[in-house]
Amino acid sequence: MRLNLKIWRQAGPTAPGRLEDYTADSVSPDMSFLEMLDVVNEGLIVKGKDAIAFDSDCREGICGTCSLVIDGVAHGPDRGTTVCQLHMRRFKDGETVTIEPWRAKAFPVVKDLVVDRSAFDRIIAAGGFVSINAGGAQDANNILIPKDVCDAAMDSAACIGCGACVAACKNASAHLFMSAKISHLSLLPQGQQERYTRVTAMIDQADSEGFGSCSNEGECEAVCPKEIPISNIARMTREYVMARLSK
Amino acid sequence: MKLDARVPAGPIAEKWDRHKFDMKLVNPANKRKYTVIVVGTGLAGASAAASLGELGYNVLNFCIQDSPRRAHSIAAQGGINAAKNYQNDGDSVYRLFYDTVKGGDYRSREANVYRLAQLSVNIIDQCVAQGVPFAREYGGLLDNRSFGGAQVSRTFYARGQTGQQLLIGAYQSLMRQAHAKAVKLFARREMLDLVVVDGKARGIIVRNLVTGELERYVGDAVILATGGYGTVYYLSTNAINSNVTASWRAHKRGAFFANPCFTQIHPTCIPVSGDHQSKLTLMSERLRNDGRVWVPKTKGDKRSPELIPEEERDYYLERKYPSFGNLVPRDVASRNAKQAADEGRGVGESGLAVYLDFKDAITRLGPEVIKEKYGNLFQMYNKITDEDPYKVPMRIYPAIHYTMGGLWVDYNLMSTVPGLHVLGEANFSDHGANRLGASALMQGLADGYFVIPYTIGDYLANNPVPKITTDHDAFKEAAQNAQNQINKLLTVKGNRGIRDIHRELGRIMWDDVGMARTDASLKRALQAIPKLREEFWHNVSVPGSADNLNQSLEYAGRVADYLEFAELLTRDALDRKESAGGHFREESQTPDGEAMRDDDNYSYVAAWEFKGVGATPELHKEPLEFHEVHPSQRSYK
Ligand SMILES: Cc1cc2nc3c(=O)[nH]c(=O)nc-3n(C[C@H](O)[C@H](O)[C@H](O)COP(=O)(O)OP(=O)(O)OC[C@H]3O[C@@H](n4cnc5c(N)ncnc54)[C@H](O)[C@@H]3O)c2cc1C
Ligand code: FES
Repeated sequence: MRLNLKIWRQAGPTAPGRLEDYTADSVSPDMSFLEMLDVVNEGLIVKGKDAIAFDSDCREGICGTCSLVIDGVAHGPDRGTTVCQLHMRRFKDGETVTIEPWRAKAFPVVKDLVVDRSAFDRIIAAGGFVSINAGGAQDANNILIPKDVCDAAMDSAACIGCGACVAACKNASAHLFMSAKISHLSLLPQGQQERYTRVTAMIDQADSEGFGSCSNEGECEAVCPKEIPISNIARMTREYVMARLSK
Repeated sequence: MKLDARVPAGPIAEKWDRHKFDMKLVNPANKRKYTVIVVGTGLAGASAAASLGELGYNVLNFCIQDSPRRAHSIAAQGGINAAKNYQNDGDSVYRLFYDTVKGGDYRSREANVYRLAQLSVNIIDQCVAQGVPFAREYGGLLDNRSFGGAQVSRTFYARGQTGQQLLIGAYQSLMRQAHAKAVKLFARREMLDLVVVDGKARGIIVRNLVTGELERYVGDAVILATGGYGTVYYLSTNAINSNVTASWRAHKRGAFFANPCFTQIHPTCIPVSGDHQSKLTLMSERLRNDGRVWVPKTKGDKRSPELIPEEERDYYLERKYPSFGNLVPRDVASRNAKQAADEGRGVGESGLAVYLDFKDAITRLGPEVIKEKYGNLFQMYNKITDEDPYKVPMRIYPAIHYTMGGLWVDYNLMSTVPGLHVLGEANFSDHGANRLGASALMQGLADGYFVIPYTIGDYLANNPVPKITTDHDAFKEAAQNAQNQINKLLTVKGNRGIRDIHRELGRIMWDDVGMARTDASLKRALQAIPKLREEFWHNVSVPGSADNLNQSLEYAGRVADYLEFAELLTRDALDRKESAGGHFREESQTPDGEAMRDDDNYSYVAAWEFKGVGATPELHKEPLEFHEVHPSQRSYK
């Protein structure tokens, strides 16, 4: 297969960026999308040209590092799939594919397709935890948690923090990301003590980072590689209202 | 230099408690005066940094990824062991200890392993308190499963994402400390050198991967938790940024490297599909609970699997190991797959695969049950291979997965450089020649939450160091050293891709220093590696500059270190003429082809001292003594 690529190149955070044309030759259907880019890069490198910068690490859909917008869709065309798990058999010979970075005010471009998502870390730091020091825990089986509650918490905890939800949202809202963490912890007995301070602190932090608000577009849910449902946002909103009322 | 493991006296079950009492404490009010540098934010690094922050130390914590939450630990699937005995099935601290020493083929240090088994129970308590959603039974109690051939159910798990959930738990604790300003986080930083002042580890040089600047950090002690070196084989199940750089550069500064030849190969990975392959994907070995491994009986039988009748299939694990069958340990399963492929009975286009067949399990249990148990794994397999394992057998093949070797540490997890401590997969300590499934997560968290918070205090209290700044000559020299390497890489300007050279190194390592090693193959590799290193330094192409994000430069630095380290790994493999665990020397096997140890000659930890690139390193031996578990020939017949 041969593909025409239009790839976003940007030298640094303040430099102007633009789409540049590349071709990917002898693409095998068994390649992952990132392996296709590896091959393009290897071609550039042997010619002494600057390789296209893009992030990835685990390449199996769990670390949340990879972050490409393909033809306008965060993580590309396959539902419930990170771009590192997307395979080239999904594309047709001769197709033109556009590759861009996450775009959001709170995720500034570092270089080419690489963005800075440290705002997510600061949101977690603001309250996305249970305050327990090492050594202070009781026996694990003293805390009983019904299986369905635990399963629901796990569904939300499955978030990989990739930021596709933000990239897909026209408001660049971090609500799906935040609500996944808030749901995970507020469903569990361990998370009850800090339930209200957590939701308030995290939402305040997101506001100060420049993430937008939620207007129920549902784009976040559609691109989430872990298929985290938007019902988490409704739960977060309830938690937030309760927190305000309890003040 | 004589290696002193500093194992405390007394009966094994009391050593750690006594030691905790004997160790010096740092006065709570003084803790914030100490700066501890922690490199790595995987399970070991994040748990250590968070715990030290909680205690009041001033912690500086570094990682390569853009967020600490993305460390390679996130990818662990199967589970974490702990001797809770919640299932009332006969487990105990002693049994977990025993299984780990035996599973490690009697090449680990008993006292460390016993402590690990003891601490395993605290880990589960800690993680549950953090909100880790481990699987539950209907009554609300924690669920367990048996893993990797263990005879008891002691593995805790969170679906197929145990590593993710444990790491997120540790990360959240870490971020809480970051918010409290006890921990300062430095993401997108790569450690390029260790700074040693007056014989003690006092700091590190890191490259800021975004600005390209070399930054200097000074502290009272340094902790490395930088993971394993599996990617020396190019293809492995490790994340692609995994590297040996931090460990290797510390090794060059005096930290001995122990048992580098002990590498683990995982039997159930998705086979290689072509030269473009950048990593291999692990399929949880849970699959072997219900899948049956087979190859055709006849060589070169290229019929599709459904056309091969029962009587022409060789279920070789069930045939050779009637009592363990498909559940034999990882090394045994892997070697047998290689043997089948070597005999020309491998399947798939490349012939480098064997079948893992669920047909019988689907017939017995129904597709719904199989889906409930393995749905996500089947889906992942389907995504990668475009084949449906409900209909056709999976194709699997072994791949490099974990490295038992690492920097040598004593009982306090301190290396041979005073003040430099090493945790998690980066150290060599607990798994001997073979790690049991679900025990790496346990070790990383034991080291970080429950060992280092005690032993670092003892070190700091006993080793007052003078105040220095990063203007000290040792910092200048180390920064210059890192700078020189960067300049050198950028000026070669050859015409070979970095990946191409890494791939070639991987091929040498896999073919000659892989699952089955011989005197001849190892000597061949010892010829080939320095040649490839030459080729690299003459012909590699590293485009771009050093003053911004340059992933080619990062990658080239890691490959350069692997080209040196590979030689040490191979030399260690050549030196150890016995087979043990994951290290299989063809010359040392039982008449029926099992790994045969040589306890008379090799019951020691091989700790290597660096003597210069290409120069023969010096071997130091830490003899291993077994007072509790008596070495026997492993048998899974
Ligand atoms: C696919 C897979 C599945 C697994 N499943 C299981 C399982 O089910 N159960 C189990 O017990 N074990 C499992 N393991 C093994 C286990 O995941 C690892 O051994 C363990 O997570 C290692 O943790 P760590 O903290 O030592 O290192 P890592 O998690 O590898 O973390 C290393 C850290 O060091 C940083 N770092 C590295 N080099 C540098 C440098 N030069 N400068 C700065 N920072 C650096 C990285 O950024 C990272 O933060 C699995 C492994 C794999 C590959
Ligand atoms: S690289 Fe880890 S999720 Fe894609």
